[in-house]
Amino acid sequence: MQAEELNIDLRAPELTPRGVPAAAAAWRRRVDAVFRRYRHWLIILPPFLFLTVFFVIPFLFAFKISFADSTIGIPPYTPLFGPIQDNHINISISTDNYDYLFTDDLYILSYLYSVRTAFFATLICLLVGYPMAYAMSRASKTTQNLLLLIIILPFWTSFLLRVYALETIVRENGLLNETLLWLGVIDHPLRIMRTTGAVYLGIVYSYLPFMVLPLYATLEKLDHSLVEASADLGQPPWRAFIDVTLPLSLPGVIAGSMLVFIPAIGEYVIPSLMGGPNSLMIGRVLWDEFFSNHDWPVASAVAIAFVVLLVGPIAIYQHYTVKQLEA
Amino acid sequence: MTNRTSPLIVTILCFGIAFLYVPMLVLIGYSFNGSALVQVWGGFSTKWYVELFHNDQILDAALLSLEIAMTASTGAMILGTLAGIALVRFPTFRGRLMLTGMVNAPLIMPEIITGITLVLLFMSMTEMFSWPSTRGFTTIVIAHIAFCMGYVTITVQSRLQTADKTLEEAAMDLGSGPVRAFCDVTLPIIAPSLVSGWLLSFTLSLDDLVISSFVAGPGSSTLPMVIYSKVKLGVSPDVNALASLVIGIVGVGVVIAGTVMRRAERQRAIDLQMAAR
Repeated sequence: MQAEELNIDLRAPELTPRGVPAAAAAWRRRVDAVFRRYRHWLIILPPFLFLTVFFVIPFLFAFKISFADSTIGIPPYTPLFGPIQDNHINISISTDNYDYLFTDDLYILSYLYSVRTAFFATLICLLVGYPMAYAMSRASKTTQNLLLLIIILPFWTSFLLRVYALETIVRENGLLNETLLWLGVIDHPLRIMRTTGAVYLGIVYSYLPFMVLPLYATLEKLDHSLVEASADLGQPPWRAFIDVTLPLSLPGVIAGSMLVFIPAIGEYVIPSLMGGPNSLMIGRVLWDEFFSNHDWPVASAVAIAFVVLLVGPIAIYQHYTVKQLEA
Repeated sequence: MTNRTSPLIVTILCFGIAFLYVPMLVLIGYSFNGSALVQVWGGFSTKWYVELFHNDQILDAALLSLEIAMTASTGAMILGTLAGIALVRFPTFRGRLMLTGMVNAPLIMPEIITGITLVLLFMSMTEMFSWPSTRGFTTIVIAHIAFCMGYVTITVQSRLQTADKTLEEAAMDLGSGPVRAFCDVTLPIIAPSLVSGWLLSFTLSLDDLVISSFVAGPGSSTLPMVIYSKVKLGVSPDVNALASLVIGIVGVGVVIAGTVMRRAERQRAIDLQMAAR
């Protein structure tokens, strides 16, 4: 910044064409100075305004509508601020929607169900992904690059089509059941689809690469001589893992878990395509509330409560872990 | 030597990769199945591909999705890059914390929430300013830019942080203005992050079902929306063909990108060595 200012000051005299009256030149310099002082806003403002209008303000609208009552019509909710009568505005704020959230079991259960599903799916991803990432990090450099490509590739293909591919396999007459029947392992086809297990399977299948990549990134940088030192000091391999490898790879564990947990908790596609009628994840409840019941005020209240109860804590947690990692 | 990895861990890696790939490979197999029933092998046939290319609903949706993805990823790249530059180059300005929050929040916001809040905004805007008059291309593009630009900002930010600022200062000492210096010196340095940000936004936009479903009006169905409704109804062999095409294109693309990147990386290492000499 300093060099830039200095540099422009040096060139300033050149900007004044000869023969221009001194007053005009001075005025122009002042305009230049003002422009120079505020020109960084030309870069800041476009993304700032865009996100304010299309990310922050929508939440204010949802917040407002969550206090309205639902009616039949377009839009399907009552206005908060009624017409002005006798010099005062009619404000009708109803907290019914929020009361409803806490009285109807459906919402509380689906919150808990979402948290539980996302948590265990993340845990499974971690248990499967950690050894995968570890094996990758210990391979030769060429193999590592190849494996990396293999792990990244599913990520670039369509998420929806991958869920569909998984569905075709675990379906009642899918390849998995056909193979197991043929092998004689089972007598009748396993019922995997439309169960809670299918939701876990779907989430693990979809988000496993998100777990493996950050884990690999930290494990690859890990100084293996520390593990060897621990072995030289007579520690068994599992002690070396607990004392050295695991603590050093913790940033990767946290990053990977976040990358799986966050999309899993709001997941709509997997529970609706693979889950049974009981897999009421919050994303699915919201979708139905909005599209099937057309109850926008309740949908808004669910959304706001979701953000306050789940996204907010995640954001705060992430903010502090990032700060900690930077320190 | 403790350098050997236990065979158990290698086995888990192999199983993990098989888990990721078997469903996709089986789907490619099914796409060439002459029979519409999955459990019957009706001989090798490309008829589902022929059918796919005669399905106007899918083709229209694919075209719409590609147009949306092109526009949205370009918009996200421009706005995301500006935000990245702002956050790295201007350490103090009013609203910096808010910009940081706004850039990062969409990354952790569940799609369904972004979708609901945006459609409420669009509805209210139509009521107040009678814009947007219909929901469709424009509203989907806006929604996609909003949730993609954070990814661009993060990639640009990390690249820009490591970029050597003295080069830009040298350019300015030699008489170019700050904009010129940025375009001539820094832009080529951060260009790879712009490209990867664009590609990432393009994929995310092309693949998005949830947000699009909320902000799309009637009559503007994107490809994921059409696929979802077909899949929801049950087996559809032309979706198998479509999925195989997508997997094929992405596979070739990723391999090419990987090769190009490795070559560029090697070239850069050689250049650095030459420069150091």
